[in-house]
Amino acid sequence: MSDDTPIYEIGETYLLPQGTTVHDITEAVARVTETKAPRGWWICFLPSVSLLGLMTAVIAYLLAMGIGVWGNNAPAYWGWDITNFVWWIGIGHAGTLISAILFLFRQKWRTSINRFAEAMTVMAVLCAAMFPALHTGRPWFDYYLFPIPNQMDMWPNFKSPLMWDVFAVNTYLTISVIFWFVGLIPDFATLRDRSETMLRRRIYGFLALGWRGSHRGWQHYERAYLIFAGISTPLVLSVHSVVSFDFATSVIPGWHTTIFPPYFVAGAVFSGFALVMTMMLIVRAVFGMHNLVNIRHLDLMNKFMLGTSMIVGYAYAMEFFIAWYSGNPYEQWVFLHNRAGFAQLDSLGNWGPLWWSYWAMISCNVLVPQIFWFKKCRTSIPIMFVATILINIGMWFERFVIIVTSLTQDFLPSSWGNFHPTFIDVGLYLGTFGLFLTLFLLFVRWIPMIAIAELKATLPGAHPNLHHHHGEEHDHAHASAEPAPAE
Amino acid sequence: MSDHETTKKEPKVAEKRPALYLAEYETPNAVAKAAMKVRDAGYKSWDCHTPYPLHGLDEAMGLAPTKIGVISFVCGLMGLIGGALLIQYANNWDYPIIIGGKPPGSFPSMVPILFECTVLLTGFGTLFGMLHLLKLPMHNHPIFESDRFAAATDDKYFISIEVADSKFDLTKTRALLESTNPSHLELVQEEVL
Repeated sequence: MSDDTPIYEIGETYLLPQGTTVHDITEAVARVTETKAPRGWWICFLPSVSLLGLMTAVIAYLLAMGIGVWGNNAPAYWGWDITNFVWWIGIGHAGTLISAILFLFRQKWRTSINRFAEAMTVMAVLCAAMFPALHTGRPWFDYYLFPIPNQMDMWPNFKSPLMWDVFAVNTYLTISVIFWFVGLIPDFATLRDRSETMLRRRIYGFLALGWRGSHRGWQHYERAYLIFAGISTPLVLSVHSVVSFDFATSVIPGWHTTIFPPYFVAGAVFSGFALVMTMMLIVRAVFGMHNLVNIRHLDLMNKFMLGTSMIVGYAYAMEFFIAWYSGNPYEQWVFLHNRAGFAQLDSLGNWGPLWWSYWAMISCNVLVPQIFWFKKCRTSIPIMFVATILINIGMWFERFVIIVTSLTQDFLPSSWGNFHPTFIDVGLYLGTFGLFLTLFLLFVRWIPMIAIAELKATLPGAHPNLHHHHGEEHDHAHASAEPAPAE
Repeated sequence: MSDHETTKKEPKVAEKRPALYLAEYETPNAVAKAAMKVRDAGYKSWDCHTPYPLHGLDEAMGLAPTKIGVISFVCGLMGLIGGALLIQYANNWDYPIIIGGKPPGSFPSMVPILFECTVLLTGFGTLFGMLHLLKLPMHNHPIFESDRFAAATDDKYFISIEVADSKFDLTKTRALLESTNPSHLELVQEEVL
């Protein structure tokens, strides 16, 4: 049984430092929620809450004035709002990928980071959902989006990709929350059993649902967890595919392409991994989690980013190839002029006005990750920190480029225009960072940020060795590696 | 009726009765071997309590495979059928709308929503099915009367045998558990209300 063998990471060294015991893991993770917040936490928390305040103010202004305060205008009816929506929802995808897909592939190194990443999924999807909800203009009527009987006696049009999006995003949010919560039940029980105050005991006790670590329970639990991983895997692939249908099913040049679903999914995973890395590097430093999330985990994450960057780079190249190969002049115009900014001057003698955003995207998403070919870069924390931030800037530009360069100059030159963001656009985008970071920081402070039970199960000697019992064996082979759960 | 009220008002001296035996072990191997002994002795209302799922314990305890997959599957199927009926009812029967020249029942446009409905209901089915099989939430259980049991979510491994078991016997069950060399053994009592 593979579960009995010590966890080597790609055959090299132990996943966790040798001699780590089951109790050490409980201590390291639970302690964070039980002691005073380190100063670093406050240094992150105060600006985050300020940004959250900014978001509240901007939304209040937006609701009072209407969405005309955004830069969206003919012909760019979609601007930063949808860019931000796609960007945020992409961020979430890394969480599901780590928690579900890597689980199915039995990648045990994921146990150090899956809880973070799942939390980030939930929070990122919340941030994402806000943009289309506000973009409807009258968010108090957003219930029209759901198939519930309303006073107009009308139903939503289920053939619209925008409706598919409503279903995809809401299902994704719901399933992510459930998956996250199910993973947390045993860990809440750990916190409950360590509580020193009645209040903590009550709250964590309530959340743990009365978990007793019962093996009859674990049996169902493990299978349920596998099923959640099994349904989340196609779900996460579907969500960004459906988001890409919002574009791909239209006739706008630059959007109407069949490569969009896989291209969007790869981009989502790419940017999500980058943000998971950025956050993890901060949290790891603030809470001193260097043993549980070590350089090997970071190295593997960087390899993932290199891989997804190549997929995204291939998609960028393929879009150009198809624009040429299809012989469609509108498609060629969008790519060569609007995006890349060269080849043709438009009728006014201008370069494509947004060429710089295209090249920002290429530099950040395709060129920067190439440094991860080198082990030195994959294991250097300052380098990867800067790289992950650049990657996320690049991925934001990717969505901006797709949306705005296609909309501003499509078929009819007389309807061409440009897009200018307003301070409200900027404020709302920054504000969602406030929401995201505030929720995230509260999470790391009060909820076990590493999956305690799952991580324990990856320790060498964590499982009974019943299959080779030659007489009364007492684990001769494992005795040295055995974490010796208390003596 | 009046009996009940008078007993309630009496100043209560907590009367206790045995609820379960709780044996504590230090290592996964010890608890798994003990589990085999308890299984072979023919107990039914008993359980192991571990900080994380121990692989191989299913077999050691003699548990039948879990049925949760069936629940998830049935719920997923309901989601698929329910989604199809919803779309057909809303866009075809109740208020037909023709979009893009496609017939109301055109299948390709239904695929994304059918998929999402299937996943959503599978998720709900798995969550509630799991809670049902685990009999959770149950915030009150006599096992929590034990002070040592808090370690079950930290680094100790336990076996509990409940009085509800037909084979439970204060002395024989104790002897059985003692023969498995637990590091600690106690009789957990619950208050009689």
